[in-house]
Amino acid sequence: MAGTPQLADPAWAYAPAPESAGIVSIAPEYGLFIDGQFRPAAAGGQLATINPATEEPLARVAEAAQADVDAAVTAATVAFERVWRPMPGAERAKYLYRIARIVQERAREFAVLESLDNGKPIRESRDVDVPLAAAHFFYYAGWADKLEHAGLGPQPRPLGVAGQIIPWNFPLLMAAWKLAPALAAGNTCVLKPAETTPLTALLLAEVCQQAGLPPGVVNVLTGAGATGAALVAHPGVRKIAFTGSTDVGRQIAAAVAGTSTRLTLELGGKAANIVFDDAPMDQAVEGIVNGIFFNQGHVCCAGSRLLVQESVLDEVTDRLRTRLAALRVGDPLDKNTDIGAINSREQLTKICELSDAGEAEGAQRWSPACQLPQRGFWFAPTIFTGVSQSHRIAREEIFGPVLSVLTFRTPDEAVAKANNTPYGLSAGVWTDKGSRVLWLAQRLRAGVVWANTFNKFDPASPFGGYRESGYGREGGRHGLAAYLDA
Amino acid sequence: MTSAAGTSDAALRQLLHGLPGVDEVGARERVAALATRSIKKDAKMAALDLAIAMIDLTTLEGADTPGKVRALCAKARRPEPRDPAVPPVAAVCVYPDLVGTAKSELAGSTVAVASVATAFPSGRSSLPVKLADVQDAIRAGADEIDMVIDRGAFLSGRYGQVFAEITAVRQACGSARLKVILETGELATLDNVARASWLAMLAGADFIKTSTGKVTPAATPPVALVMLGAVRDYERAAGRQVGVKVAGGIRTAKDAIRYLVLVNETAGPRWLSPEMFRIGASSLLNDLLMQRSKQRTGQYAGANYFSLD
Repeated sequence: MAGTPQLADPAWAYAPAPESAGIVSIAPEYGLFIDGQFRPAAAGGQLATINPATEEPLARVAEAAQADVDAAVTAATVAFERVWRPMPGAERAKYLYRIARIVQERAREFAVLESLDNGKPIRESRDVDVPLAAAHFFYYAGWADKLEHAGLGPQPRPLGVAGQIIPWNFPLLMAAWKLAPALAAGNTCVLKPAETTPLTALLLAEVCQQAGLPPGVVNVLTGAGATGAALVAHPGVRKIAFTGSTDVGRQIAAAVAGTSTRLTLELGGKAANIVFDDAPMDQAVEGIVNGIFFNQGHVCCAGSRLLVQESVLDEVTDRLRTRLAALRVGDPLDKNTDIGAINSREQLTKICELSDAGEAEGAQRWSPACQLPQRGFWFAPTIFTGVSQSHRIAREEIFGPVLSVLTFRTPDEAVAKANNTPYGLSAGVWTDKGSRVLWLAQRLRAGVVWANTFNKFDPASPFGGYRESGYGREGGRHGLAAYLDA
Repeated sequence: MTSAAGTSDAALRQLLHGLPGVDEVGARERVAALATRSIKKDAKMAALDLAIAMIDLTTLEGADTPGKVRALCAKARRPEPRDPAVPPVAAVCVYPDLVGTAKSELAGSTVAVASVATAFPSGRSSLPVKLADVQDAIRAGADEIDMVIDRGAFLSGRYGQVFAEITAVRQACGSARLKVILETGELATLDNVARASWLAMLAGADFIKTSTGKVTPAATPPVALVMLGAVRDYERAAGRQVGVKVAGGIRTAKDAIRYLVLVNETAGPRWLSPEMFRIGASSLLNDLLMQRSKQRTGQYAGANYFSLD
């Protein structure tokens, strides 16, 4: 047809659609949040936090040392005994509701800050991280005055001061997962955010101030591994909740053994995403992509092993490659970005090392053509085919956008291979046959089994793993149990 | 791809029911994720112009008259009298007895004349009557035929009959392009949409089309997602590129751009042209013109700055 307009490029280039960073004002430096106030570390230590997409420095935060840990635990203990424990549950609930509302009101600020500090796409922080964080506060606010109905006895009691150490992959969301149930149950908290992602935890501390939360109920100690170790070792802490790597989890378990300190661990995973020959193909491909590339694969429950029925291996991998070619890697603040930056140089190095190992082991590596930015930490989404169970890339958690593709022949074999891992956090099952979903769900050793979906979270749904993925559950009624003495 | 033996109800059932299923929850989630795409500036301008060029400007009312069709055709060839840079639409779509009027009004333009046929919209008539309907439209000069499938036959499993009807219409079309309306609102499930899409393509459709616009729901993003996936997969299997037309209920530029995103990220950029993607609409055109002028001038003009035809 003459005169028919064509789009500017043969491929329709979406123009840049950046979310403005102007909504956030990041201070040049931040103190520790202890007893309701921000103050520098007693010894003046500081750490820098950078934007992993650009390597630009964002701020300097205080590095908490022993004296600061002591001060925070003391403040939390006093607040527990004098204010928080005596407070009726319905009153505690009001603070939690208020925090939830303020998080929603400041949602855009939180989302932008999270993307700047963590590297994840704004679409994810806006549509997943922030709404879920608010949802956890709303959900546990509702439990605060109903603890006697939690099935944990007629008068379950809070434990005291909870020391909570969270990872860098979902900084705000993990803070919400820790604080909300602990506070609802009547405990006070000392939270240590991850070294590379302190900023949304500090903004959350500001929200606690804004909500009028009594001083000392929530304390935030920024710092690195040493700060966490000091917190774990502090005798005034009655309960430790840790989310992070299995190695550090093991260290914490060893440190706490023989004491009366309660412990829950949410650690790593190497989840199997199982695709049968009768899977709804296009949706299964979306599920595979979501399972391993959501949050750049920095997800403990990521579907990092694709177990595909051998008869449909070629069809699934063909569709997967076509789909990957449409993924948009780039500026986390661009609303059309699908895959953002790797959180740190350290993590990037680990991902590269394991990917090189995968090639050396004989698996076939493939990535779509990607223009990665010059500065910042970037890794193209990657698929390895021809992987077997004995390969390192099938056994070790890579924690990056790297998928290992293995095959199985029968449902029995799928179960055996899926369970053949020291981990046991999550699994996905893709089939059109309902009876098969139920059959597999009964046999898979994973804390959560997703049927024809993946990475679905809800504050009412308990989350946690078997074996080396940790113990204890977060979310739901089960999530309260960790913070109460029945 | 199908032999004579392969067009029986049983053979077609095996083939169509052997297609991968569609998970409704997953399809809706994919659509919701693609709806978050932010299309601004150059990309938006290009999309608005492309959407205009993809429109089948439609009037399918009992009260249609030659006067009404003439007004529609004038709009079709020059949607914006103040700006000749605005492209004409792809086609006008009318009932068979008004094809002649449309043809003379559109002579010398690039706008094609599409006619509905085959006892549109219900499809409830005998094959000879349906074919006579097609022949009327072809004799009057239609460039494109928008036929309806027999949904009763489809839903009762008489796939062979649906196949045979499409084949017969395809033959009666001659060199005219055939769009096959699935009436997805009546098919109800996304699995049925996938199966009907394949059935139509196997029988020779040049385009598969969502709806008559006379039934609610008409075009929806999940339905379009499934149909775009079907044409993509069909091309891979059979080597022939079939177009997709969404029709009914698409009233805003925002909706139209969302469909373009679906096309771009499902079937792919090779479907992003009026040759391969159409939007059946009437009031959509004015919203596209309004958004277009807003992009250029920075202000929204009132409704009366855009002609009502």
